[in-house]
Amino acid sequence: MISTDEVKHIAALARIGLNEKEIEKFSHDLSSTLDWIAQLEEVDVAGVLPTAHITGMGNISREDGVTDFFEKEKIVKLFPESKNGYDKVKSVL
Amino acid sequence: MIRELHEKLINKEITAEQLALNYFDVIEKKDKDIFAYLTLTKELALEQARKVDAKIARGEKIELLEGIPGAIKDNLCIAGVRTTASSKILDNYIAPYDATVIERLEEVGAVFLGKTNLDEFAMGSSTENSAYGVTKNPHDLTRVSGGSSGGSAAAVAAGEAVWALGTDTGGSIREPASFCGLVGLKPTYGRVSRYGAIAMASSLDQIGPLTKTVEDAAIVLSAIAGQDKMDATSAHSSGKDYAKCLTGEIQGLRIGIVKEHIDGLGEDEKKSILEVIETYKKLGAEIVEVELPHSKYSLATYYIIQPCEVSSNLARYDGIKYGLSVNDEKESNLAESNLPKKLLETYLDSRQYGFGKEVQRRIMLGTYALSSGYYDAYYLKAQKVRTLIKKDFEEAFKNVDLILTPTAPTPAFKIGEKTEDPLQMYLADMFSITANIVGVPAISVPGPEVAFEGKTLPFGFQLMGKWFDEENILRVAHAYEIAKK
Repeated sequence: MISTDEVKHIAALARIGLNEKEIEKFSHDLSSTLDWIAQLEEVDVAGVLPTAHITGMGNISREDGVTDFFEKEKIVKLFPESKNGYDKVKSVL
Repeated sequence: MIRELHEKLINKEITAEQLALNYFDVIEKKDKDIFAYLTLTKELALEQARKVDAKIARGEKIELLEGIPGAIKDNLCIAGVRTTASSKILDNYIAPYDATVIERLEEVGAVFLGKTNLDEFAMGSSTENSAYGVTKNPHDLTRVSGGSSGGSAAAVAAGEAVWALGTDTGGSIREPASFCGLVGLKPTYGRVSRYGAIAMASSLDQIGPLTKTVEDAAIVLSAIAGQDKMDATSAHSSGKDYAKCLTGEIQGLRIGIVKEHIDGLGEDEKKSILEVIETYKKLGAEIVEVELPHSKYSLATYYIIQPCEVSSNLARYDGIKYGLSVNDEKESNLAESNLPKKLLETYLDSRQYGFGKEVQRRIMLGTYALSSGYYDAYYLKAQKVRTLIKKDFEEAFKNVDLILTPTAPTPAFKIGEKTEDPLQMYLADMFSITANIVGVPAISVPGPEVAFEGKTLPFGFQLMGKWFDEENILRVAHAYEIAKK
């Protein structure tokens, strides 16, 4: 069972604001999903390596060159708040 | 269908512009009821079409897809076009660049009619999680079109597009294809670049076509497949023409079936699948029983891996860089954080009001599973089970060339039927999800229709092939299609 305190802790980590009703609901929803997922406990995975990449590709690299992105203005337009062409963030002090 | 329209274009029976306009007429007439499209790109489409007409007028050769109108799922970026992923958090997002698949389709002259509805960030099996409304099934407007690529499926099924692109993370192309009576192809993980697709679960996501015929799917795949330096997971590819593999010849091919998959179906669904099996026997294929003992854990494995990757990928929506930014000026009850208050409140509020319930549920689940102390029990465990499921497939493929299953357990369900119970909704993907877990290519093909709740509805079967062997599943799908004509 995921307690409402745990839900609050997870919501803070996930940066999702929740009201009291939602906290209650998540406590129930997460618990039932985790109970269902618990079926994996019966699988014996001793000595089994985890899958990192499903088709087994590795070490894909490209030249580490400088390229220009020509759509800067379009990105600036997407900023919720901007100043002098910069993204304005909230005060951190 | 694409080939016939191509012939009409080069024989000047119709112009590409008129063809596009015809499709906009159908959209105008039908989409009020169906709601396949979120955004229409009429100006862009007509501009693209006129370019094709100019080429034809100059006597230049055109590609098969050139001038053929299609629809694009709204989690794929087209530069300058609103791209929402059906989420309020991206309600005002105008994509600043093209996805690689869009670039490639533009290179071959395809025409884009608009952007289609989906479950928010492609999480769902019915489009009921869209922030903008549900897409109805053209075969029965009281039923879902499937999901998450439900808008793409409904658009093609209703004649509102010739072809469409979808994305598939656990069945999101194949299940709507099955529900709407279409062909839907999820290519091998890595076959198609995901650059410019809004990331959901990166170890599972693929882009693929939804079409009326297998040949059409092969034509669209040929245009979009191939390596891309912008997606490091994309695989080497030699510019294949997948339509060339559709020979109709499947004599001696070994098709695997899993007994439990068929036994667990309802009577009418079982009848449909058995009829498909009979057809393949008549065509000269050999049907072989195979065992995939770990595949029953695919769904649970998915619901660890997918939420974990979602929680990481969707961390970018913070109300600071782009998208919805909210600060409701109320102090949150989640005090525990050492971040400056105003910054934290903007994060919390933007994500509270911007994300829908299902997306929040998956982010929460993934955050829980990845939080301190739980990694080994959940994510690591799931990735180990994933290895075992993959090994089952490697074993099976020593003995058979491909595996046949139903695409979904039932035909399209009613709107509202499963929205209250997330687990019931997740079960709609029980057969399709394994192909994403193991990375193999899989196609849904319309099988015999099924009597279901007093209606006759489309019902698809699924063929899963070996890694990077799209040719084989396309060939076998096509052989069924022509046998049934």
